[in-house]
Amino acid sequence: MAAFFDWFRWLYEATGINLTILYDAFDRQRMVAGFWTTVWLCLVCIALSVVIGVVGAWLQGSSLKWTRRAVQGFIALFRDTPPLVQIYFFYFGLGALLPRVPNAYGIPEPVLTNVQWAIISLSLFAGAFNIEIFRSGIEAVPRATVEAAEALGYSRLRAYVHVVLPLAFRICLPALNNNLVNLVKTTTLAYAIAVPEMLYVAKQIWSDATNVPEMMVFLLLAYVFLVGCVVWVMGRIERRLKVPGIGL
Amino acid sequence: MTGAAILRTEGLHKRFGDLHVLRGIDLRVAEGERIAILGSSGSGKSTLLRCLNFMELPSAGRVFFHDRPVGTEETRGGATAVRYRERDLAALRRRVGMVFQSFNLFPHMTALENVMEGPLTVLRRGRGEAAAAARRQLARVGLEDRADEYPARLSGGQQQRVAIARALAMEPEVMLFDEPTSSLDPELVGEVLGVIKALAEEGRTMLLVTHELGFAYHVASRVLFLHEGRILEEGPPERLMKAPREERLRTFLARFSEFSF
Ligand SMILES: Nc1ncnc2c1ncn2[C@@H]1O[C@H](COP(=O)(O)OP(=O)(O)OP(=O)(O)O)[C@@H](O)[C@H]1O
Ligand SMILES: [Mg+2]
Repeated sequence: MAAFFDWFRWLYEATGINLTILYDAFDRQRMVAGFWTTVWLCLVCIALSVVIGVVGAWLQGSSLKWTRRAVQGFIALFRDTPPLVQIYFFYFGLGALLPRVPNAYGIPEPVLTNVQWAIISLSLFAGAFNIEIFRSGIEAVPRATVEAAEALGYSRLRAYVHVVLPLAFRICLPALNNNLVNLVKTTTLAYAIAVPEMLYVAKQIWSDATNVPEMMVFLLLAYVFLVGCVVWVMGRIERRLKVPGIGL
Repeated sequence: MTGAAILRTEGLHKRFGDLHVLRGIDLRVAEGERIAILGSSGSGKSTLLRCLNFMELPSAGRVFFHDRPVGTEETRGGATAVRYRERDLAALRRRVGMVFQSFNLFPHMTALENVMEGPLTVLRRGRGEAAAAARRQLARVGLEDRADEYPARLSGGQQQRVAIARALAMEPEVMLFDEPTSSLDPELVGEVLGVIKALAEEGRTMLLVTHELGFAYHVASRVLFLHEGRILEEGPPERLMKAPREERLRTFLARFSEFSF
């Protein structure tokens, strides 16, 4: 392993291609930490945004007019405004309004960290799209199929969980796929509130080592890899759920 | 009348906006009765069945299940209306099975899973128990060897038999069949009618909307003729179908030229 890392030091000395994140232990640790921060952001936001999508789509089918309107307003707010503005709004706007609480050393600290604000903001942003995506899937489920469940004595909620969602999910998987890929890419916006994810760490490294082109190429490849992972997992899910007669 | 009434309606009306589909239906379904419902398209046959398990809520009149009115009467601001709570309707539907013209199987479940679904989710049976019961139901409709197929891989007749097994798995007290063979190719009609006939011979209570007059004649214990939302004539099949009193029923029967006893 040491020889492998040393080769990159030699590469730098021989060609000027400066990959400090490989031969320099400090930069390497920073980038590894940044990579895992990005992965963590992605996983948490994907999970939360899917939950928001499922619950929101359910509420959108409510018989209460104001519930439906509230969901509609939520979608309009988060779909029609720039995600960067949303992150600023949460971190600098809402974050400033919340009280500070003393930590273990008695020093007042914000209730929520920048990472938590990024998670909230990005999940709501992607969740708004997921609501629309799930709703389009739900609308494609034939009413007659839902009636068959109701005729067996299902409540509206049970029919939603056991029949509507599994079918809607299969129908909207391609659209969901796209949105989750977008979400992975959008996590870079957490950079703006100093969340130490990959882009932020890369910027720190290139400020120190002035290796902007190398870090840029690395970032592009890293995101190709991450998005590739998401696409691969979604593909596996798609194949697992494949059922004859339902177009995927 | 024979037997205790399982289902009963009093002055049942159903309106869709300005369209007055059911115009006062008084019907009593006694245990063990096999009632065939005849009528031309648009006469309200499906709507009547759908009001019996509350897939449609009646606009006026009441439905009684075992002589207990379904829904609660509530007076608000001087006006009395019947309120149907989702919980009560779900409880009733558990005991009233329905089979649809277009099968409406759950496409993401195998035949076996379709039949297990109700007992598993609604009756909260255990998996093993539900699976064993589902296999028995599939055997009863002659499909034990297709248990692991998805609906898309089954013929229409097979799908409808799975749908019947799915309804039976809930052990309902009444079965509602809404034109169960109307969307089937002619050569597949027989296998579904065979299953329904076997259920009739077991003494199962059922209501059956059908255009298969010969089948109605041989299987039903009573026939209703629905016309413009009213029961125009009813009686035992021999009487009603061989010696109809109403002119409209006569013209209706005459349209089925191939119909013979
Ligand atoms: N959900 C609904 N909304 C509005 N109109 C409806 C609805 N359901 C049924 N109708 C109308 O009510 C009338 C009776 O319909 P219904 O389905 O009960 O007839 P039917 O006797 O079953 O006819 P068919 O033999 O064609 O099935 C028809 O005119 C139909 O268009
Ligand atoms: Mg009909």
